[in-house]
Amino acid sequence: MDILSNLAMGFSIALSPWSLMLAVIGCFIGTIVGALPGLGPANGVALLIPITFSMGLDAMSALVLLTSVYYGAMYGGRISSILLNIPGDEPAMMTTLDGYPMARQGRAGEALVVSGVASFVGAFLATIGLMLLAPVLSRVAYQFGPAEYFALYLLAFCTLGGLGSNNQAKSALAALIGLGIAMIGLDKTTGMPRFTFGELHLMDGIDFLVAIVGLFAVSEVFFFIESHGKNSAIGVVLDKVTIPWKALRHTTGAMLRGTGIGFVAGILPGAGASLGSFLAYVAEKAVAKDKDSFGKGNVRGVAAPEAGNNAAAGGALIPMLTLGVPGSGTTAVLLALLLTLNITPGPLLFTERPEVVWGLIAALLIANIVLLIMNVPMVKIFVKILSVPSHILLPGVTMVAFVGIYSLTGSTFDMQLMVAFGILGYVCRKLDIPTVPIILGILLGNAMEDNLRRAMVLSNGDWTYLFSSSVSTGLWIAAIVGFLAPIFLRRFLKRPEVQPEAIGD
Amino acid sequence: MKADRIFGLVLMAVALGYLYSATSIQTSFLSDPVGPRVFPYLIGGFVVIGSAFLIIKPDANADWPGIGTLVQLAIALAVLLGYASAVRPFGFVIPTAIAAGVLSYQINPKPVTAVLTGVGLSVGLFVLFNMVLGLSLVGFPRSWF
Repeated sequence: MDILSNLAMGFSIALSPWSLMLAVIGCFIGTIVGALPGLGPANGVALLIPITFSMGLDAMSALVLLTSVYYGAMYGGRISSILLNIPGDEPAMMTTLDGYPMARQGRAGEALVVSGVASFVGAFLATIGLMLLAPVLSRVAYQFGPAEYFALYLLAFCTLGGLGSNNQAKSALAALIGLGIAMIGLDKTTGMPRFTFGELHLMDGIDFLVAIVGLFAVSEVFFFIESHGKNSAIGVVLDKVTIPWKALRHTTGAMLRGTGIGFVAGILPGAGASLGSFLAYVAEKAVAKDKDSFGKGNVRGVAAPEAGNNAAAGGALIPMLTLGVPGSGTTAVLLALLLTLNITPGPLLFTERPEVVWGLIAALLIANIVLLIMNVPMVKIFVKILSVPSHILLPGVTMVAFVGIYSLTGSTFDMQLMVAFGILGYVCRKLDIPTVPIILGILLGNAMEDNLRRAMVLSNGDWTYLFSSSVSTGLWIAAIVGFLAPIFLRRFLKRPEVQPEAIGD
Repeated sequence: MKADRIFGLVLMAVALGYLYSATSIQTSFLSDPVGPRVFPYLIGGFVVIGSAFLIIKPDANADWPGIGTLVQLAIALAVLLGYASAVRPFGFVIPTAIAAGVLSYQINPKPVTAVLTGVGLSVGLFVLFNMVLGLSLVGFPRSWF
């Protein structure tokens, strides 16, 4: 009953007309920010922090506005994933795999509605989960030591191969390229430069946003010019949006599974929404009977990662609020926001400033309902923003990509690096090498190494320590099986698959 | 020669360079048991193995663009790199108008539309980012003021 009275207190703070207005504005801006390629929740929220301060908002209003932007960007990311094959933000990567083929088949409306509802299911249930489990679940993450984290990252990379590519060597190489790039910069432990070749710009390492925007947005420019607009991402038409009840019923299971997986992934510090949507997709593909149709426009391949990504966004708030450990890049920005508002996250926050915690939770529940209304019946407004002619949209997106990176880093070098990543992305896509593992490698590389080294410090250099706990052993086995299984399974699966395709051509 | 094989060879060369470069990473006397070299060694080593797979067992070739398209791609690349270098010294508005105009022309070769798109995007984005979103982009070369 504690929870209910706390929640009532939260709503009494968050339901004021002023807060509601801020939530609507935040959701609207967030959805656009999420939908525009190259602008994601992290830089969207980061951009708005100075504005909210210059507007003189109090702590609670600033929190309501920016968490609405955060959730809104999570919803919005799917729109350009589906219509443009460019993830609006980094966790929406997995939505491109089935969402874009659906749009190419003229089912863009269905994909948008199903993913919108999936986003709502994921985010809403995760917010309830956050409410119930915030104090309890923090202990699960406490039990994860560095050895377990190292194995968890390994599992993530090994299982990426099974879905991203038809060739295990290629997806493994992609992940390794990302990890290799992550090593550039100063080594945190010793403070010594690695792979910087005396170049000052490389001392801080390569910003993963530069890599993401380059690999996805800039490579799209080259693809677009090569195809002269034919077969291109941009130009998908959305005719009418009706509610596909059948598809919604069909994907209920996928949404709930995705929510569960995403929520857990969001709670684990360092994993976050990208891993949540990724694991949700992999799991959905694993339990599905029609595995072959994944990547070719299976509606469950849209529902699961989108529920997973939004559930992870909610779950990621748990370690951020209870431990002060952000679960993702965006929650790291939110942590910075809390600290600037003079709110110190941690176990004490729940007892000392309950109005902040419960006001925030109530605001999240309200934001979700606003977002469902905005993103299902009103999705056409956001699509309008994206259905501009390609000779305007593509240069526009490119320029926004440059502005995003330029305003983030202020560096010519980073913009040139972004173009270089664009070329890498173009070559990789030509060679059928998945780019998602490259990004994950860059994102997780330093944390993975850090955990390996901390594990070795704990064990005094004894490498068997990595397998010593039952959790880490399980993760290692899952990683190895996950990497090898597709190689053997493909042999069995390929025979019946190849022939109908040959006839179809 | 299959594209995969070329890529495998390039990647192997890069990995060997990476491994060689990793040998010269300085360690500090305060270092942990693993040190800053081991993880890069692991990465480089696995890349060598992976690229060997690519060289031995390449996939079928993709369709690579013809000369005309390659020239177009090279122009686009030059525009993007030029833009990246021009924004700081020349401000946002003029380089953006030129770069957006050229890209627009490459997609839809109508000069008037391209010029309008370039100028419109440049001014529109400048207004949006500076006035609405509150970024502080520098619009014009500093020497003009």
